[in-house]
Amino acid sequence: MVPRVLFQLGFLLLLPPLLLGVVNRVKALVAGRQGPPLLQLYWDLGRLLRKETVQSRTTTWIFRAGPALGLAAVAAAGLMLAVAGEPALVSFAGDFVLFAYLLGLGRFFTALAALDTGSAFEGMGAAREVSFSALAEPALFLAFVVLARATGTLSLSGMLGPELPSAWSRSAPALLLVTIGVFVVALAENSRVPVDDPGTHLELTMIHEVMVLDHSGPDLAFILYGAALKLFLFGAIFARLALGFRFQSLLAAEAVFLLGLLGFAALVGLTESTMARLRLVRVPQLLVGVSVLSVFALVLLLG
Amino acid sequence: MAFVLVVVIDLFLLASSRLNAAIRAVALQGALLSALPLLLVTHEHELRHVLLLSAGAMAIKAGVIPWLMFRAIREETIRREVEPIVGYVPSMTLGGLGVVLSFALSRGLPLPVQAQNVYLVPAALSTVWTGLLLVLSRRKAITQVLGFLVLENGVFVIGLLLTGIMPVTVEAGVLLDLFAAVFVMGIVIFQMNREFAAMDGGKPPVEGD
Repeated sequence: MVPRVLFQLGFLLLLPPLLLGVVNRVKALVAGRQGPPLLQLYWDLGRLLRKETVQSRTTTWIFRAGPALGLAAVAAAGLMLAVAGEPALVSFAGDFVLFAYLLGLGRFFTALAALDTGSAFEGMGAAREVSFSALAEPALFLAFVVLARATGTLSLSGMLGPELPSAWSRSAPALLLVTIGVFVVALAENSRVPVDDPGTHLELTMIHEVMVLDHSGPDLAFILYGAALKLFLFGAIFARLALGFRFQSLLAAEAVFLLGLLGFAALVGLTESTMARLRLVRVPQLLVGVSVLSVFALVLLLG
Repeated sequence: MAFVLVVVIDLFLLASSRLNAAIRAVALQGALLSALPLLLVTHEHELRHVLLLSAGAMAIKAGVIPWLMFRAIREETIRREVEPIVGYVPSMTLGGLGVVLSFALSRGLPLPVQAQNVYLVPAALSTVWTGLLLVLSRRKAITQVLGFLVLENGVFVIGLLLTGIMPVTVEAGVLLDLFAAVFVMGIVIFQMNREFAAMDGGKPPVEGD
């Protein structure tokens, strides 16, 4: 029991920055550059943690609590996610609702901290982030509902667990649609291209990045780490969904899962390199489209 | 699987504003549909004329029509549909609603013959619905023609239901119908090119404006 807990926690807590490293590396390679080292984010986090925090005099405790709460919420959500089809550390019927709303809670505090600075740009970023994620949420929920229906279980561990391979053989089209939907939701939730551009530093066009402009030192490290963790969570859902085979041994399952995660990161990097960012007015269209696809998947299952 | 793809193309058409992508999607849908009779064939002796039907439909749906459409937009230099009467988000939602309804309704539908595939009738109904939506909600003549083609594709799928008992003359009728439609469209588009500077089906030109 204890080794398994340690193993899962280690997986969850240590891997995420590597995933972002892979994304950046792929982007650099496609652009013909060498790019930063794969482990760059680990060094960045270490450097930020050693720095001191500078805070504006107009901010209150909300601004200081924001990054920590954001990270804590995402990490708590991570406890509910099954790694490589293994049962998660925390699992109960209906835990996918808690999963989605823990992510929402983290976003709520990030947005609140951004508003707390009183900066016009940060308020704008917060408004955009919240309005887009309000559209991404139904898509995510519909995807979970389809999974629940396909596997016949109500917990994330069950949806992504041993039931998944037989669900794939029964209703492959619906699950394929859901996999695509989860990928797009992952792009939107993690503020990647085509919804947001993590590389931009022009306040008018930023969404997520603009909200965290005023954070520094360990606070910024928490935010960066939280973002990496969130990408990891969505990557884990996507990888398990896309590679939902039945495995003979745990080791094989974990190796394939790891490959799936790296593949997810590479796919995100490729999407970012080949697609232009959508205009802000087109983003809701994309998210509604994904929701409609999920509805269609649900209809296929029910029909 | 093919029927699912057909419905996904329907939804894509409702969402896309780029004419190039939309024409390609319609061509792909046409190609898929023309290949379908081959999958549904059950008797050996049907094979030959089903093959003919498929080849004919493929040539027209995925070859001639897209070629005509691409030529039309090249001459007109239109790239995208601007300001549809019903916006993209509402039309996508309506499309999704149509898909749900057609899946729900098709189970209660009395059919002369048993459908070969559970998804055949709902896919046909939602394709017809998508075509109607496109014809009604878009301003550009090209997009309306695309909508008509999608509508036609839906009718074609329903026709597949009858391939087992459909005599050659009916098949020829379907193809002739299509051919006539393409001809009329080609002429109409060409005429409209010459008559109006912009192919805007939304408003008639106003006198003394």
